[in-house]
Amino acid sequence: MADLPIMTPAVPEMFLAVAGMVLLLLGTFVRADAAERTVTKLTLVAMAAALGLVLFLGGGTATAFGGMFVTDGFAVFMKVLVLLGSLLAVLMSREYLAQEGIGRFEYPVLILFATVGMMVMVSANNLMSLYLGLELQSLCLYVIAAFHRDSLRSSEAGLKYFVLGALSSGMLLYGISIVYGFTGSTGFAGLAEQFATAARVEVGLVIGLVFVIAGLAFKISAVPFHMWTPDVYEGAPTPVTAFFSVAPKIAAFALILRVMLDPFGPLIEEWRQIIVAIAIASMALGAYAAIAQTNIKRLMAYSSIGHVGYALMGLAAGTADGVRGVLIYLAIYLVMNIGAFACILSMRRHGDMVEGIDDLAGLSASNPRMALALTAFMFSLAGIPWFAGFFGKLYVFMAAIDAGLYALAILGVLASVVAAYYYLRIVKIMYFDTAAEPLDRPPGRTLGLVMVVAALLVTTFIVYPGPLVNRAGEAAASLLAG
Amino acid sequence: MGEIPWLSIMTFLPTVVAVGLWFINDEDPEVVASNVRGGALLASLATLVIAFGVWTGFGIFNHFDPTTHEFQYVEHREWFGAGGFAYHMGVDGISLFFVVLSAFLTPLCILASWTAIKTRVKEYMIAFLVLETLMIGMFCALDIVLFYVFFEGVLIPMFIIIGVWGGPRRVYAAFKFFLYTLLGSVLMLLAIIAMYYEAGTTDIPTLMGFGFARDMQIYMWLAFFASFAVKVPMWPVHTWLPDAHVEAPTAGSVILAGVLLKMGGYGFLRFSVPMMPEASAYFTPLVYGLSIVAVIYTSLVALAQTDMKKLIAYSSVAHMGFVTVGIFAMNEQAVSGAIFQMLSHGVVSGALFLIVGVVYDRMHSREISSYGGLVHRMPKYAAVFMLFMLASVGLPGTSGFVGELLVMVGAFRANTWVAALIATGMILGAAYMLYLYRRVIFGELVKDELKSILDLNRREVLVFAPLIVAVLWMGIFPMTFLGPIEASVANLIDNYQAALAAAGSVPDAHVLAAR
Repeated sequence: MADLPIMTPAVPEMFLAVAGMVLLLLGTFVRADAAERTVTKLTLVAMAAALGLVLFLGGGTATAFGGMFVTDGFAVFMKVLVLLGSLLAVLMSREYLAQEGIGRFEYPVLILFATVGMMVMVSANNLMSLYLGLELQSLCLYVIAAFHRDSLRSSEAGLKYFVLGALSSGMLLYGISIVYGFTGSTGFAGLAEQFATAARVEVGLVIGLVFVIAGLAFKISAVPFHMWTPDVYEGAPTPVTAFFSVAPKIAAFALILRVMLDPFGPLIEEWRQIIVAIAIASMALGAYAAIAQTNIKRLMAYSSIGHVGYALMGLAAGTADGVRGVLIYLAIYLVMNIGAFACILSMRRHGDMVEGIDDLAGLSASNPRMALALTAFMFSLAGIPWFAGFFGKLYVFMAAIDAGLYALAILGVLASVVAAYYYLRIVKIMYFDTAAEPLDRPPGRTLGLVMVVAALLVTTFIVYPGPLVNRAGEAAASLLAG
Repeated sequence: MGEIPWLSIMTFLPTVVAVGLWFINDEDPEVVASNVRGGALLASLATLVIAFGVWTGFGIFNHFDPTTHEFQYVEHREWFGAGGFAYHMGVDGISLFFVVLSAFLTPLCILASWTAIKTRVKEYMIAFLVLETLMIGMFCALDIVLFYVFFEGVLIPMFIIIGVWGGPRRVYAAFKFFLYTLLGSVLMLLAIIAMYYEAGTTDIPTLMGFGFARDMQIYMWLAFFASFAVKVPMWPVHTWLPDAHVEAPTAGSVILAGVLLKMGGYGFLRFSVPMMPEASAYFTPLVYGLSIVAVIYTSLVALAQTDMKKLIAYSSVAHMGFVTVGIFAMNEQAVSGAIFQMLSHGVVSGALFLIVGVVYDRMHSREISSYGGLVHRMPKYAAVFMLFMLASVGLPGTSGFVGELLVMVGAFRANTWVAALIATGMILGAAYMLYLYRRVIFGELVKDELKSILDLNRREVLVFAPLIVAVLWMGIFPMTFLGPIEASVANLIDNYQAALAAAGSVPDAHVLAAR
């Protein structure tokens, strides 16, 4: 009898996929009114269990499925972030879906399958498994973007996301096929070996590389592939927006880091200028376009585009320090963005969601705790010390300077000053402006808790930053070693 | 180790209390306000006691040794893991009195805001206590990233203070203040990162002795200059200051003029000069030029002001021009004088803003033309105003005289023309201050609304008394302050000369003259 293939590295993904299918069945068999609650709870349990499995299996480097799938310290770090992001998104959705009356048991299951896709993306070690994970994720995301199916905006967001997403997937696939055509390989290890030893770089290969980057840039919503972001962020139900802004972005970043630095690592001179260009464009657009926004979800969309630009700086550096910078950046970004969205989800007046920035006027008087938390998130997003966001920026700037990308770093800090303006504007509206009609209070218990915990993390990160910095350093080293 | 970490206690005590104040809640806002005021005052007084303890060494404190230039009360802990940035605190003769100044002004600010601030008292006091933590921490920090965190963190409470409790154009002023200073700071951050990769550490004492390459020094100096010049502020990047000063509440102006402007001067002394001596020598003419313009131009602008706060704001720019000349003249008199001038200006301009605040609280106008003849109704006020006005002008016997004289002597040794030109600033300073005083205090009391104005009350006297003592003490016994400063300044200058000599660059004529 032939040996069974070793599948241990992929156990968390397999567990989560099976759990998803079981929950799907369960949802149809349980009484309709209880289905949503039960499935949501079990989804949370399954995600927590997967998180436990990921941590339990640990950070040793191992491959499975004939080298298509790899786990290492980097994958563990990213999967923890992705799972946390998904978990919190499901947690924060419950109250919202109930209040809007759109709760269905498929919602948590879709997020769960998307999470499986993201975990596969994080661990992909072959262009084919990369595409597999990406599509599993994307298809779920298209559906939940349009989850509020009676809302025109939500349906529009879903459709727009689908059309543009399909286009970018096509580009990615086209790029992959060109790369395959020139190298005869799709495995990362094989590609890396060929590139490292190749005497010269084929022009056609560079074209394939550009297509791959374009496809991936779409997924992280980097300029000039960002067009979908504001519309989708604005149209999708708010907890879905919160989810979009963290987990898929982190997963796509894991992907782009691994693809660029592992198989395409030897070609850094070819792709660095592209990454530098899109980083600068993202930072600049994120900073300038957000100034004119009046809808807070749209503003967060542009803000996330800007943040992608900063994180890409670490990739452009192409060093272990750069990867560490991106990892720290993403971990902190996850916390502050989730916190900010917890605040946005709490913005209700007479029971209805409000999304205008001006609706926050006078919040410091009517709800000082939420105002203080949102202020902390805004200063952190702006990257002002002593908040955590500053240290995220610090580490990517360090990587950029170390790699000699001075112009990138200088343009980056200048963009951060411009961006500080619109974050400050929200603080100004909450604290300086006279009150509009107060928002409903208090926010639900879960949201309040998420808000407080995130605010505390963002504010007190400075006291004990060692663990995150060290873990990120180890994870980065494991990516570049393999 | 095993010693009590006084600097950390002093730095973080206000914030710890501020967090506690957040939880004071009551149905009656008056109850909350009075509890919060009391708590904030006690916290800031306790900080002041520790600051004095660190300076004079009474009771259980170690004595601050004025004969050495070494850092004292040093604390060193791991912060960002091994090899990363560290939590490193300590004071020397240069930073000691800035710490004392910060701790000295904060309780006065709280006392001065006792009745002037009526809305959101809790948030106000919390902002001030957090601000105190950041200011003291900044002067104590011996790790450059830690320094940066405090340095830029200061913007947050100040932004809130100007924006929430400020005047009619507070939003504009708050944004201008924040973005202007942020723009300077971020360039400094890049220079800090570059230093870290060059030297492999962010430890300030180590960086001081590192000796960067000349080309690198030039770029880094410019980046640091972008930050400190905005903070000082030097002409032509001073334009945020009049706006911020005019719109800020009284206590905010006091801290702004008293401490925040000193962060720039302190930065030059702590970073630019010791870490980039060659670049400092290279750029000295630039600093002289900008300072001379600042002294003369802003003095003339001050003469033309109709708003009292704006006038004092411009006078601050002029006085800080003296300071920057003193720092870059690089001899003992000039540097000691620059430090002394900063301390003196901290007390005097703080007091002047409080003086404006007194009448503003009563009349809600800062226009000079809405006053006149106040001496008839407010004799005590007139006397206090007189004292600080003369201290600002530099009357012998007050603190202003000592600082200006030392800077002038030092500047004269370094470059006669510079000394001659900034001397005109002293004359113009006397002109605009005396002119202001005459218009506000003297003359007939003709305005009806002024006829019922009241003189200083007990609380206000309590606020001014320590300032009066400080100004006279500094004027009559300057050695109390110059003593501890001396050793550190001498060391700073020795290292500077040694670095220039080692670099083989021929020192400029003024540096030779200084020895």
